Amino acid sequence: MPPNPQLNANGELQHLLSIEGLPREILIRILDTAESFVGVTEREVKKVPLLRGKSVFNLFFESSTRTRTTFEIAAKRLSADVINLNIAASSQSKGESLLDTVANLSAMQADMFVVRHASSGAPFLIARHVKPHEHVINAGDGRHAHPTQGLLDLYTIRHYKKDFRELTVAVVGDVLHSRVARSLIHGLTTLGVPEVRAIGPQTLMPAGVEALGVRVYHDVREGLRDADVVVMLRLQNERMSGALLPSAQEFFMTYGLTAERLALAKPAAIVMHPGPMNRGVEIDSSVADGPHSVILPQVTFGIAVRMAVMSMVAGH
Amino acid sequence: MNALPEAEDLLQPLVDELRARVTPASAMIGLYTGGAWLAERLHPMLGLREPLGLMDIAFYRDDYHKQGLKHDPKRTRIPFDVEGKDLLLVDDVLYTGRTVRAAMNELFDYGRPRSIALVVLADRGGRQLPICAQHCGARLEVAEGMRLRLKRAEGGRLSFELEHAA
Amino acid sequence: MRTLIRNGRLVDPASGRDAPGDLLLAEGRIAALDGDAKGASADRVIDATGLVVAPGLIDLSARLREPGYEFKATLESEMDAAVAGGITSLACPPDTDPPLDEPGLVDMLRRRAKALARARVYPIGALTAKLEGERLTEMAQLAAAGCVAFSQANTPITNTQVLWRALQYAATFGYAVWLRAEDRWLAQGGVAHDGEVATRLGLAGIPVFAETVALATLLELVRSTGTRLHVCRLSSAAGVALMRAARREGLPISCDVGIHHVHLSDRDLGYFDAQCRLEPPLRSQRDREALAKALADGVIDCAVSDHTPVDDDHKQLPFGEAEPGATGLELLLPLALKWGAEQKLGLAQTLARVTSSPARILGVGAGRIAAQAPGDVIVFDPAADFRIVPEALRSQGKNSPFLGHELAGRVRATLVAGKVVFEQP
Repeated sequence: MPPNPQLNANGELQHLLSIEGLPREILIRILDTAESFVGVTEREVKKVPLLRGKSVFNLFFESSTRTRTTFEIAAKRLSADVINLNIAASSQSKGESLLDTVANLSAMQADMFVVRHASSGAPFLIARHVKPHEHVINAGDGRHAHPTQGLLDLYTIRHYKKDFRELTVAVVGDVLHSRVARSLIHGLTTLGVPEVRAIGPQTLMPAGVEALGVRVYHDVREGLRDADVVVMLRLQNERMSGALLPSAQEFFMTYGLTAERLALAKPAAIVMHPGPMNRGVEIDSSVADGPHSVILPQVTFGIAVRMAVMSMVAGH
Repeated sequence: MNALPEAEDLLQPLVDELRARVTPASAMIGLYTGGAWLAERLHPMLGLREPLGLMDIAFYRDDYHKQGLKHDPKRTRIPFDVEGKDLLLVDDVLYTGRTVRAAMNELFDYGRPRSIALVVLADRGGRQLPICAQHCGARLEVAEGMRLRLKRAEGGRLSFELEHAA
Repeated sequence: MRTLIRNGRLVDPASGRDAPGDLLLAEGRIAALDGDAKGASADRVIDATGLVVAPGLIDLSARLREPGYEFKATLESEMDAAVAGGITSLACPPDTDPPLDEPGLVDMLRRRAKALARARVYPIGALTAKLEGERLTEMAQLAAAGCVAFSQANTPITNTQVLWRALQYAATFGYAVWLRAEDRWLAQGGVAHDGEVATRLGLAGIPVFAETVALATLLELVRSTGTRLHVCRLSSAAGVALMRAARREGLPISCDVGIHHVHLSDRDLGYFDAQCRLEPPLRSQRDREALAKALADGVIDCAVSDHTPVDDDHKQLPFGEAEPGATGLELLLPLALKWGAEQKLGLAQTLARVTSSPARILGVGAGRIAAQAPGDVIVFDPAADFRIVPEALRSQGKNSPFLGHELAGRVRATLVAGKVVFEQP
């Protein structure tokens, strides 16, 4: 393998492109730093001066208001100047290449690019071509990775469950197309979670997913048994009916998280979802709003985690 | 250079000096790491009403762009409203003054205190900013290139330590 | 013009000969060897001391990008690259723009190539009009214009009825059909081998059975039609197993493998290296080993460069958006030598896979060192290192997974029809 492009010569985080390949110490450091930022986000003045004078470009080649907003808030709370570019609607449609777009923005003195792209690996391509002082943060690339989401999931799990080495984590739904699942799975295995389960129909499981260190379950009841953490994945509208699944209703019937199914997990189990949720497809409303749900704290922690990542990469 | 003083011997005289300053609006904040240890000792000795606040100025350092983010920053916890308080800001050693500058910036993001007094166990000179300590346990001369720090032993005993700066 | 190549190590893959000797070329052919050539008068003498003298390479798949893709490469640049790589004959697939589905286009390509007087160019005609898999091309007219076989390049026919009829029609006239075995539906949307690496990288996969399902269909149709079928770019161990059984059965089939596929696997994708985006995709390490072995034991007849020059604009893209293909004309010889060394084969056996064996499939007399054989000969230094950097490549395609690597094997001289068309001291 070539050297990990996320790390600089000193082994420090230069970009955040994927959780895969990051050493345990760096993951722990990000989570610890995020914890300090949670303190900042609870203050009256929710802002620190770390990135004052820095320009953060939100490069969203695939539109996502929610993710873009969380990065924007995180950057602003670090005092950076944030420029939002909805590329999906501008230069790309004029035929400008990805690297030309980045080179242009780089000429405007960018310090950091937050990249969302429909193609797996796009942030790696950008990271290979930016200047040494510029940093790239992957905000979701194709099916490949969504590392800040994975980190905020890890943060949430640690917040509620403390010791990773005693957990059973169940990830339910469309693992095949999910960058969230991939990032979380790498994070969980790196932090020593002994049992990670992937639950879903064969049509939504990628080939050889066991090699990532998960155990595959097709029976949702079996997979949820004694789980400490249940992560429901989002099912995209366009995949709800076709050759992968017959219908949203049938998916809910076979894999949806109901109170009755959740009762199979440990009594203190937590339920997570990366959002946006499809109530009645992946998850029943009574569970989404119930006492086990930590879906809203996930969002709050997400800001602190993104502040931690941005301040760590920009300091190198 | 003189031998380092015993840190433990400096505590009681410092408390005696501070007592005269304490008002009903007094509250204490210790700066990680050495200042926090010191504050944890001074706070009960003074019997302040407000719980102790602890602060890590990692997010306010002026050398971030050169040094990057400090490893393992602690979470700042100020369990009282700083608005209108007479604050005792506690650090172990006063040197360039940059830490204190950062701490005051952070403090003002919490509110507007009525006053801030700086309390340190040792002042080693070498200031780069117009900052001085109102209460100081000892004035020491330390050669440039050396780092003076407070250490805490297993049992909680405080002592000074001198080492070559990295 | 008489040229004498002296003191070389004369290797003839067709006969297995590998011994020092001299070689005389005259009137476009090999006139004499060894004793008969010794001391012969010549207009030109090439001293091959310490070098190998062998037949020129025959490459069954090289895209010259004309007509239609001149911004990626031109006939001039690619013909230069071919002879610099020791390739003296090449077959070009019909995926040009427009595709080679009309005699006029084929005729023009042959004329242009002939005028350049470098490697011999053998066009492969389109099996269906515009490669759309619906209407048969005028195969007899295309053959008359110079097409040596018919193919769909990388666009398989989805309609099996059309496929069947096309094979029947070609068989009627004894034309060879060269096809890749890929089920288009199973491969749809895929950009990498469907396995652990694609799963990790979040790349849409192309399963192995996209190849075996299509291959089983092709073999079954050959059983019925008797068409001479050449299977292009086999990519999997399971595909090799099917081919092995079919050959044992005696079907009129042959097959090739891309030279990159015997060296690389999906692991080489690393962090989304678009240079490794190839068609078919690089498969697992186990598949790679099976291909390399099958090429040695003859289940796979020959290795091809599958030369595909791609410009930066189409390669410097996220993996799945990058255009598939790698430059290959100048890497075929060094990569074949590397493969032969890894398989512990002799030089004659190694070179057979890129000379005499493809010559047989193409039905040409080249690819051997023998009196009266065509004067297509190369002189190369098997030990000289060749660092793969863009500046070192004559091809306009600088796209290679081997960029930055050192490979052994440098061509010193290439002769086509007895004429020196490339020389490098």
